[in-house]
Amino acid sequence: MEHIRTPKVEQVKLLDRFSNKSVIGTLHLTATHLIFVESNSTSAQEIWILHHHIASMEKLSLTTSGCPLLIQCRNFRLVHFVIPRERDCHDIYSSLLRLLRPVSYDELYAFSYNPKQNDQQREEGWQLIDLAAEFERMGVPCDQWQLTDVNREYKRLPPNICIGLVKSVLPHLLCFYNVLQGGKCLYLFVSCLQAAVCRCSQPLSGFSARCLEDEHMLQAISKANHNSRYIYVMDTRPKLNALANRAAGKGYENEDNYSNIRFQFVGIENIHVMRGSLQKLLEVVGTRSLSMTDYLVGLENSGWLRHIKAIMDAAIFLAKAVTVEGASVLVHCSDGWDRTAQVCALGSLLMDPYYRTIKGFMVLIEKDWISFGHKFADRCDQLDPDQKEVSPIFTQFLECVWQLTEQFPQAFEFSEWFLIQIHEHVHSCQFGNFLGNSQRQREVLQLKERTYSLWAHLLSEKQNYMNPVYSPSFAESHPVLEPSTQACHFKFWRNMYHQYDRSMHPRQSILKQVLTFKESNRELEGTVQALKTKLQKFGVSTSPLKPQTPPRDQEAREDAPASTDGERTVEGSSATENGYGELTGSFGSKNEPAVVTLEFGVARMTC
Amino acid sequence: MEFAELIKTPRVDGVVLRRPFMPTVEGTLCLTGHHLILSSRQDNTEELWLLHANIDSTEKRFVGSLGTIIVKCKDLRVIQLDIPGMEECLNIASSIEALSTLDSVSLMYPFFYRPLFEVIEDGWQSFVPEESFKDLESMTDEWRLSEVNKDFSVCPSYPSLLTVPRDIDDESLCKAASFRHGGRFPVLSYYHKKNGMVIMRAAQPLTGTNGRRCKEDEKLINATLCAGKRGYIIDTRTIAVAQQAKARGGGFEQEANYPQWRRIHKAIERSNVLQDSLIKLVEACNDQSHSMDRWLSKLEASNWQSNVKEILTTACLAAQCIDREGASVLVHGTEGTDSTLQVTSLAQIILDPACRTIRGFEVLIEREWLQAGHPFQQRCAQSAYSNGKLRSEAPVFLLFLDCVWQILRQFPCSFQFNENLLIMLFEHAYASQFGTFLGNCVAERGKLQLSQKTVSLWSWVNRPQELERFLNPLYEPNNLVIWPSVAPQSLLLWEGVFLRWNRSTKCLDEAYQEMVHIIEYNKELQNKVNSLRRQLAQLETEDSPLQTP
Repeated sequence: MEHIRTPKVEQVKLLDRFSNKSVIGTLHLTATHLIFVESNSTSAQEIWILHHHIASMEKLSLTTSGCPLLIQCRNFRLVHFVIPRERDCHDIYSSLLRLLRPVSYDELYAFSYNPKQNDQQREEGWQLIDLAAEFERMGVPCDQWQLTDVNREYKRLPPNICIGLVKSVLPHLLCFYNVLQGGKCLYLFVSCLQAAVCRCSQPLSGFSARCLEDEHMLQAISKANHNSRYIYVMDTRPKLNALANRAAGKGYENEDNYSNIRFQFVGIENIHVMRGSLQKLLEVVGTRSLSMTDYLVGLENSGWLRHIKAIMDAAIFLAKAVTVEGASVLVHCSDGWDRTAQVCALGSLLMDPYYRTIKGFMVLIEKDWISFGHKFADRCDQLDPDQKEVSPIFTQFLECVWQLTEQFPQAFEFSEWFLIQIHEHVHSCQFGNFLGNSQRQREVLQLKERTYSLWAHLLSEKQNYMNPVYSPSFAESHPVLEPSTQACHFKFWRNMYHQYDRSMHPRQSILKQVLTFKESNRELEGTVQALKTKLQKFGVSTSPLKPQTPPRDQEAREDAPASTDGERTVEGSSATENGYGELTGSFGSKNEPAVVTLEFGVARMTC
Repeated sequence: MEFAELIKTPRVDGVVLRRPFMPTVEGTLCLTGHHLILSSRQDNTEELWLLHANIDSTEKRFVGSLGTIIVKCKDLRVIQLDIPGMEECLNIASSIEALSTLDSVSLMYPFFYRPLFEVIEDGWQSFVPEESFKDLESMTDEWRLSEVNKDFSVCPSYPSLLTVPRDIDDESLCKAASFRHGGRFPVLSYYHKKNGMVIMRAAQPLTGTNGRRCKEDEKLINATLCAGKRGYIIDTRTIAVAQQAKARGGGFEQEANYPQWRRIHKAIERSNVLQDSLIKLVEACNDQSHSMDRWLSKLEASNWQSNVKEILTTACLAAQCIDREGASVLVHGTEGTDSTLQVTSLAQIILDPACRTIRGFEVLIEREWLQAGHPFQQRCAQSAYSNGKLRSEAPVFLLFLDCVWQILRQFPCSFQFNENLLIMLFEHAYASQFGTFLGNCVAERGKLQLSQKTVSLWSWVNRPQELERFLNPLYEPNNLVIWPSVAPQSLLLWEGVFLRWNRSTKCLDEAYQEMVHIIEYNKELQNKVNSLRRQLAQLETEDSPLQTP
């Protein structure tokens, strides 16, 4: 590719982020990846960094050992290379600078990525998640609700919204409203209960403007639900923000104009606050030799967990209104595609066990995030847009789900690996799902014809993402999740924000271990079946067979999966990586060559 | 019986018990000499049996004639008892107060408790120093067992048998003892099989302001070094604190007098600071109205997690000296009964796979805490709800357990035991029917005749029925040294203890059961496969001659 000046640099040093450890290797630059291959032939780790994952690069000032290049990735990886010659460093830097700023969608990895599938397989991949089927599952259309294609041409509504469902008697009103006000408003039926969860953007009320049709529409939604006389309107913004919007001719519903609404602000901050918050969080946890005090103070000052809790609180409010009071709820924020998406998606997850399955979670993302126009391209910085549009809105949603999995370990079919993998690909631009800002844009880009679907890819390796203790019966006994929102139950998601900092992880993973057992159980069941069939040939009835003698250990191990051995290697686990103390330096007097400095004198710990 | 004098109202009907996340129980409240019992006298409801010794503090409230007693326990639980009748309530409250603060050890429950189980293995006899010395003898002849402290006159807080360097005679030991705080001269704590390096522990040297020295002490610790080797002295105090100690007759080893040793100072907090830390932490955990910011700032202000990090870091440092540097270590703080033991025992868990088995962990607690003279009775007299008048209470042992839990979290497959064992030890250290944690040192325990008059905790724990609860289903022996991460992001709040009563654990417990089930099912299937294979093999060999005509 013409942008690559130097495809390969040798003798590059990779510094560990949190210790003084380093490894030497070769850096390769390809059209899509930056690859570091460790020279040491025994452990030879490889690091593949997708250009799209690179959020920022920094060339630090020249040192004696070379030119340092710091690369910060969107998947929270941070690598620190030292390149011996400044010339090479500059070449890599400037090549990358061009490569990671694609100027058009066509340059994105998804358009060149080919997982060796034919057209038919690709098409099937895209068909795996079908929103029409999802509405059917929710029981729509029904006597109260119908599907409308009013926005078929993406004209009535802003370009980022595609399908809509409105109450059967009112589609024309929806059109009027939008024609009259030039605004954007859309209602969606999400819950298959009588009560409905609807979403929209803020009304263009200004200080006094009214829209009778909008008022009628709300009333109609309210009437469609016979259980409740009122409808909740949740404005997910802090009140101050909503008030400020009034000056710009926007704002929130005036309770006097709408009959039977209960209006509620829930106070989730805007995208700029969230972006700043994550930045602060990453700064804090990226500090070397961080003290406990600085960590906790930093965690507090970043406000990150406070925002996570605010989103969770809002979703719980939504779920309670629907499930306990049986009321319909209308959720909106400013544009209706950030906070609204978070709250509606999380609320659905709390109310409907289907969304807690692997497939259901894909449907949820497809419905509440992709089709309703969460601006993935802007928020995830796919095409070098305005940096002010970038914000970790979707990451926050994933984290809220993770917080739920911590409280309800049996409620979700998937494990955190699934969430982390989705996060990875939201930023990777390797699959077509999250490209672009709206459904219309995706159609223009012909994503379904030219790229592959992430869902098919994830489903093909589903077994990696399974939660081994998932219990479908838990869903039956807990159709609605009622998480605790006490502050002490919200935790820092280390496995997300430090996913590449192995030295911080538990050295043995319970999840991996139990998954291995589960896998082994499946194989053993097969073996038992096969052996029984063989025995039957000898005319032996085998059903109530009990082991006659307790097997010796040796024998019991025969069928144990080999993979458990992997757990015995304790990775990244050397004393130096952890920086326990100040053992470096000379020992008393200075001429003591016998004492090795601990930083470099320690071998990697292996089996 | 004296207890009867303290119990003015032994029984009240219509008492309502309220506990967070548990159903309310209404029933009869009974006070006995050692227990507070609430029973609804229906078959299917739970009864509450609470040891008076477990009660940390009480509060009374009155609304009309309905009195409420809030009972705060040493295991951090808070319960509320609604008692009809002002007088009854006052009587009950004052009885609880009196019974839970009995001064005399011999009135404690362990002296009255008779086990309802058959003692198969007497825990009092389970861990004898001679046994562990035999293991040591098989590896090295550098050490000997000394009876110098036979009558506890050399060091009142040490046991009668101590492991010391072979070449140091008892007379030198006595002299070294007079140079160390409380007579706690350097003794062997751990021998690292792999390279023969050792951890020793002691109390601070009594150098004082004029820099006293003691040849015997120098000789004693130098005797543990191989020729040409050097060692590390880990002082668990900061250099400033150690300097201040000089004014009170204490101090630290001067480089000039100990040229073969390099001193490292760490900052592990001491008694009242730790107690304060625990009080603040529990207060933060119990207030459910906190906003996120307030919770994090309270958690930070308690300093508990910092204490955990500091202790763990120091222990890792000691282990690093032994295993990576190949250097022996001497650990001490001031008295050598608190932070010193935290460091030496945690270092052993990191270094020695044996300590990660249930039996090995019991041995470790027995050797490094009970025999080594950690003053359990003083330290555990009060817990997080203690108000005012603290003497020498400090959650030193709880911090140690917390650190073990942190390592367990990071190496969930390397321990034979699970979190339950740690929580159980915490409970019993503060209030127990067993005599194990009574008294402050071996000498005191001897005087109290605990081994004759009380039952040992280990007699109960080591019964197969009980052990099952403490087994880690994921355990696979791991002979490696395990280096935990001490980054703040890797250290978690020990919810099993500190949020135990503030959350519903049903979902977590069920998930744990499911995991156990998966692993047990795996074993069952493997057995089945093996037995089917055997049966098949048998048939094949039997059949082959038959089938041929």
